[in-house]
This record gives sequence, C-alpha cells and structure tokens, in this order.
Amino acid sequence: MSQQYPALLVVVPLLSAMIISIAGWVNKRWCFPIAVAALGVAACSSVGLLLQVLDQGKVIYLMGGWPPPMGIAYYIDHLNGLVLPVVSIVALLNLIAAKKSIEQQFPDKIGPFYSLYVLMVAGLLGIVATGDAFNLYVLLEIAALTGYGLLAMGEERAPLATLNYLYMGTIGACFYLLGVGYLYIVTGSLNMVDIAGILPDLYQSKAVLAAFIICMVGVWLKMAFFPLHAWLPNAYTYASSAATGLIAPLVTKVMIYVMIRLMLTVFTPAFVFSFLNVSDAIVWLAVIAIVTGGVLALAERDLKKMLAYIIVAEVGYMVGGAWLGNRDGMTGAILHIVNDALMTLCVFLVVGNIVYKVKSYAFENLQGLFRKMPFTMGAFVIGAMSIIGVPPTCGFFSKWYLITGAIAAGHYAFMAALLFSSLVSVVLFFRVFEICFHEPFSDNHGHDHHSEAMDEAPLSMLVPLLIVAATLIVVGLYTGVIVNQIIQFAIPASLV
Amino acid sequence: MTDLVSTIIAKYNYWIYITLMMIGLYAMIAKNNLIKKIVGMSMFQTAIILFYVSIGVKKGATIPILEYSHGHGHDTQLVVHAADYVNPLPHVLMLTAIVVGVATLGVALALSIRIYDRYNTLEEDEILTQIREEK
Amino acid sequence: MKIIGLIISVLTGAMLVYAAADFPAWSDPSSPASTYLSPHFIEKTMEETSVPNIVTAVLADYRSFDTMFETAVIFSAGLVCFFLLRTTRRKESETETTHYRHTLTGVTIQIKEGHTLPPSDEFERIDSLWTPSGLIIKTSCRLLVPFIQLFGLYVIAHGHYSPGGGFQGGVILGASIIMLAISYDLRTIIERISEKMVAVLCAVGVLIFSGTGALCLLLGVNFLDYNALAPILLVDPLTARSHAILIVEIGVGVAVMTTMIWLYCNLSSAGKYNQGL
Repeated sequence: MSQQYPALLVVVPLLSAMIISIAGWVNKRWCFPIAVAALGVAACSSVGLLLQVLDQGKVIYLMGGWPPPMGIAYYIDHLNGLVLPVVSIVALLNLIAAKKSIEQQFPDKIGPFYSLYVLMVAGLLGIVATGDAFNLYVLLEIAALTGYGLLAMGEERAPLATLNYLYMGTIGACFYLLGVGYLYIVTGSLNMVDIAGILPDLYQSKAVLAAFIICMVGVWLKMAFFPLHAWLPNAYTYASSAATGLIAPLVTKVMIYVMIRLMLTVFTPAFVFSFLNVSDAIVWLAVIAIVTGGVLALAERDLKKMLAYIIVAEVGYMVGGAWLGNRDGMTGAILHIVNDALMTLCVFLVVGNIVYKVKSYAFENLQGLFRKMPFTMGAFVIGAMSIIGVPPTCGFFSKWYLITGAIAAGHYAFMAALLFSSLVSVVLFFRVFEICFHEPFSDNHGHDHHSEAMDEAPLSMLVPLLIVAATLIVVGLYTGVIVNQIIQFAIPASLV
Repeated sequence: MTDLVSTIIAKYNYWIYITLMMIGLYAMIAKNNLIKKIVGMSMFQTAIILFYVSIGVKKGATIPILEYSHGHGHDTQLVVHAADYVNPLPHVLMLTAIVVGVATLGVALALSIRIYDRYNTLEEDEILTQIREEK
Repeated sequence: MKIIGLIISVLTGAMLVYAAADFPAWSDPSSPASTYLSPHFIEKTMEETSVPNIVTAVLADYRSFDTMFETAVIFSAGLVCFFLLRTTRRKESETETTHYRHTLTGVTIQIKEGHTLPPSDEFERIDSLWTPSGLIIKTSCRLLVPFIQLFGLYVIAHGHYSPGGGFQGGVILGASIIMLAISYDLRTIIERISEKMVAVLCAVGVLIFSGTGALCLLLGVNFLDYNALAPILLVDPLTARSHAILIVEIGVGVAVMTTMIWLYCNLSSAGKYNQGL
C-alpha cells in the first residue's frame, strides 16, 4: 500500500467528499466522522510520503499507469514532501476545532459544508502533489470554487467580498491557464519536468518570457501579493471562522508553493535569476507589500481584519525571500510556508474561539479575555510571538534565514522591511493584549460576580489550538533538522 | 510591408483571441454592474478556450476520430498518420476549461443572487454607498 | 476605474501581442504542439485503448485524472449553489398562505394557515407568482423530451466512435428536464425528481468515476489503471480500457445531468423552490 500514498492522499478526500454529501441527506451525524477519517488518512499518507522521500528521494506516481508526458504523474520531492503534511495536518486540526462552530452556524447545511471542506483539502493537496501543469489548473479551480462557497457563508457582507474574490481569482486562474497554454505552444508538453527539459533551448523566446510573466501574475493574484491583494482582507474577515481557519492558513501558502515550484522546477533558477533581470524589482514590490500590509493592519479596529492584513505582509516575506535569488532566501521562504501556515492557523483558531464565546472580534469587545479565556489567550500569545519572531518560536527562525538571505543578496531594504514588520507586529499584538487585559467597564457597581467566572471555549476547540501552539515551539526547536534534512534537498544545487 | 501583412494574416487567430480577452478584462475591471462583470469574465474565459483550440488546428487534417474503424475491433491493423488528424490534446484540455467556466458562472450567479437579496441592486457603487451608510 | 481598466487591458494586450510574434503560424503542421505529444496520441490510441475517438481516449484514459476532477468541479458548483442559496426555513410570510388552483376551471384559491382544502383531487398546489403556460408550448415540449433524452443517451454511449461523451450527453439530458421545468413549472420537476435524488445522484456520478479508479487501486495497480478491471469485466485488458471508459463516461453523464438540474432549480428560484423566472 505504501506505493499508493500519492493516490490515497487526494483520492480518499475526494471519495469521502461525495460520501459526506450523500450522508448529509441520510443522517447528518455521519458527516463529521467521515470527514475526520478522510483527512486522517490524507495526513497519514502525507507523513508516510515524507518519510519515503527522506528515505529514497523522489517519489513518482503515474496516474492510470501512463508514463509522462502522455499521462499525468505526481512527483513528490523534498519540497512538496514538506508542504503536504503541513496542509493535511492544518486542515485536520481546524476541522476538529471548527466542529462546534459549524454546528452552531450551519445547523441545516452540515453535509454540504463538510463536503466542500474535504473537497477543498483534496484540491489543495492535489495542487501541491501534482507534476502536471494543466492538472494543477483543474485542482486550483476545485480549491477556488469550494473556497468561494465556504467564504460566502458568513456575515452579511460576505457574498459581495467573495464575489470580488471570485473575479480576481478567476482572472488569476485564467492567467495561469494562459501561461500554461503559452508553454504548451512552444514546447508541446504539459508535464512540468518535461517542460523544464525542453525550455533551455527556448530561453530567448518571447513566448517563454510572456508565459513566465503571465503565470507569475496569475499566481500573485491568487496569493494576494501587493498590489493585487485588495480582495483578501474583506473576503477573509466576513467569512465564518470555520472557513477562515482553513483558507487563511492554506490558500496563500499553497500558492506560494506553486510560485516556488514554477521558479525552481519549471523555469529553473538559471532562467529566473540569471537570464531574467527582474528579481530586484520584485523584491522591492515585496518590501512595499510588507510595509503596506503592516501599516494597513495598524489602521484596523478589529482583530480578524488586522490578521488578514498581516497575511498580506507575510506573503511579502515569502515572495521576497524566494526572489532574493540565493539559497538562504529560498530556505527562509520555504521554511516560512510551514511556519506561517501553522501560526496563521494558531491565531485564526484563537479568533474562532473568541467568536464562539464573545460573538464578536471587534477590539472593544475583547476586554477581559485573559481572565475569561486564559488558555485561548495563552495560545494567542505564543502565536503572536511567532508572528513577531521571538525565539524559540518558529517564526524567529524563518525570519532569521530571510534576513541572512537579504544580507547575502545585499538587499538591505528587504532586511529593513522585515525588521519594520516585526516592530509593527509588536505594536499590533501588544495593543490587542492590552485591551484583553483590561477588565470590561461594568455598570453594576460592586457585585459583578458572574463576570468573574472563567468562560473558556469547549475542549474540542481548545485541544487543537493548544496542539498548534505547542507545535509552533516544537517546529522552532527542530528548525535545524527541517532545514538540513529536507529543505536543503528541495533547492536545486544550481542556486547558491 | 507584405512581410508584415503576411505575418498578421498567418497569426490572425492570436489577434482575435487577444482582442476578445482584453474586452473581457476591461469589462471586469471597469464595469460597475456585477452581472456585466460576470459577462466580462465569461468572455475572458472563452477567449482562452478559443486560443487553445486554435493551437490544435493543423492544415489538411480532419477531426481526431480514426476512420475505417467501425465494427472492426482492435485486431485490425490500421495505419494512422499523425498528419491526417488535428491535435486532440487542446480539445481535451478545453473540455475541462469549459466545465470550469460553467461552474464559475454558476457560483458567481448564486453569489449575485445573494447580493441582490441583501441590497436590492447589482450596481457596485450603490451597494458601496449602502454599506457606507450603515456604518 | 475606466481609465485604469483601459490601461491594464491595453498593456496586457500589448504584451500578449508582443509574445505572439514568436508563435508558430496558425494551422502550422510543424508547430511543437502538433509534433511533440499529439502524434503519439493519434497513432497509438487505437492499440493502447481501442477507442477510435482520440479525444475520448485522452479525456477518459490518458488524462482521466484531470477529467475526474473536472467532474468534481461541476459537482462542487452544484453543491456551492445549493449551500449558498437553498433556504430551508421559509420566511414567516410565506408559510401563512398557500395557493391552489382548481384544474378544471382555472380558479385560484388562497388558503390561510390552519385552514384546509375542500376535499377533492381537482386542486393542484401552485405558487403565487405562477402564470399558466400555453397549451402549445406544454404539448410540444412534452413531445420533444423523449427524443432529446434518447439523443442524450446516444451521445453518451456513442462517445467512443463519434463526437460526444459524458459531458455533452449529460448536458443534453439535463437540458431536456430543464425544458420541462420551463414549460410547466418547477414543482412538476420536483415531483418527478426530488431534490434529494438530484443531490445524491450528483455525488453518485462522481463516485462512479472515482470509484472505478479506486477499484483499480484496490486490485493492486495504480489509480485509474483500467487494465486491472479485465478480470471483473470478463474481457482482455485492452477491451477493459474501452469498457472502463464507457463506465466513467456514464458516471460523468449522471453527474453533469443532475448538476445542471440542481443549478437550474437553485438559481432560477433563488433557493426557494417555488416557481422561478
């Protein structure tokens, strides 16, 4: 069975999504166990795959037994071997944590919600695992369509925000499709490795250049890279906490993975960094993204939107790191995919718990939370420390690599932006902490005993959150292992 | 001059798809009405489909269905020349893109119905004014 | 916004025009796209899959993994529309009154909540916004539907030898039922195919496809490697591929047909399942 991991990874969630959809019409209680089981199988297979990759190197899986470039093949190497477990485990933890709030928010539509959720995870895992450029587009659309559905069921403004996301997302996906078409027209192939083999003779071609630009713009649109980020904050803020807990940590990160995959495998560093002379400009864009994300976050008066703008800044980190054009920068970017997925999950789970209990995420309603929900807020502090970049949380180490890369590349503006962003995060989070420490102003003088009681979120929401918070520190402590055993092999030797 | 003209004529499929696609893109960015934006989106997607299908065309070739094979089964040895049939791959890919286009259209319309229910209009500026007034 | 849109479109267009300079001319037989992969598909399809329609072979065999997700895309579109629009709890104003029509005289009566209908079979439930459609439209649609459906089945089944397949046939089948919904009303359709049935069939269609693939996986070969089905289908491995393609096409057909109906019902009535349009 171990050779079948790449198929199980995607197929089990897909099959389960259909079964959940049917189960939703028969007996709603079956939906949740099936969803957990499906994501559990996916998580196990992804971990199994990572161990296989560590053991024997690249794993190739031929769909339908057809050898590439005729058929579709999955290539699992150190890069996606690392990202796959992150995606599946984040999705699983959020699913368990979100059970209560899903039942609270969508009592009639539990079946469709879980079905869309699992289908979206199948799409995201497929995007990461696939080695076929066109297959990636199909999976991208699966993840996108289900994502629109999940995001639109939220507050009153959610449909409008999602429709804007849909316009931008469709343009992004279509640009990617067009880029693949340009590659197909000059190479005749759709397999990523195969294209990479043919391309070196065609580096002079204007079509390849255009294909690269279009693909990149498409992927940037999807990951909300500045200045194409306008859709993200609203779409994430007005959605339900169950949906943001899945989409906020994963979608942008998976798109960054796609960008790195295109840069490293399809177009190869030789073309991206040596032949094209644009990396400097893009790192500057990343600098602007980080600064704008931070400044816009400062202007926000509610927790969820503030975190959404932090995501915009974090996207800047990773794009900038990947485009620095050296090994440290790329290591930092890949490590940050892992770390950022975990820390975004951590803070959004906290928001989920707060919304579940307080029914609001506006700053003025957060008072007294440290006393009311000590465990949740404890996890929030760890998540915030990680986003700020305080050792030993994992956020520190990826930032360290990014800064080392920036110095090696001589790009001091990027380094300054990273430090500035840390500073802004300190301000942002300590402002929130301060509000949460403050006791709510009470009208009934003297005898407000009912507010003394601890009012923590239920265990099913708390345990996943505490696991994630602990993981942030564990991953931080094992950064050396991750970098030396996995990421080092994910970056081609030609990139120094 | 004739060189330029012949280039333009030889690649007219690309010029058509680019024009259509940019009309769609313009509609998506500039139009105020949400449904007009959706129409622009459909044009945008259809232009890409047109582009792909035009890649598959080959001079002097017919549709990619093998001839003389009805009822013979696979034991008959037939000699097939690749030059006789157009490239089937773009057609397959575009079947997928069409389906994706329909699916996106459906979801977009569902969202606009939700928006109309809430705001009673589909003009973007009117909706934004309403949102601002609520604050 | 208009000027920004214009600038972006013109710039993008200019870049695409610039890139098109390096493209092969239209219908050039020696372009890379026509010489690299496609000759293999054209020349080897018959001996590898025994399907003369190369598009079907590539769609449902060489690149069947794509097609499986394509079916999942259409399924998710149906599901998202249902998820977004379907109103399970009616608004209070709607529960108060129901409308009935006396079929013989065409008299519409309004029944307030708590009251009952006169005991008779001659009343049919209608929606307040419903207008009766003409006899000619009804009859001609009714006459056409069986032929359309037969053609739809033909398109699915004959996808191996002629243009067609699950997607096209599924759309035709779905259209026949939507036509009925337009010429009669939504309620007539729901009586024949309940919403639950549509939703379940939609998932079943995708399950047929991915289940076929998973069966191959259980039989010890790679996912969607139809050769493994030969012992089950009682044919040689090559014919098994051809048969398996038919099976997955049927799955696609079911999924597409039901999704079309599902989408129509939800979109046309904004999820209320009363008479739309």
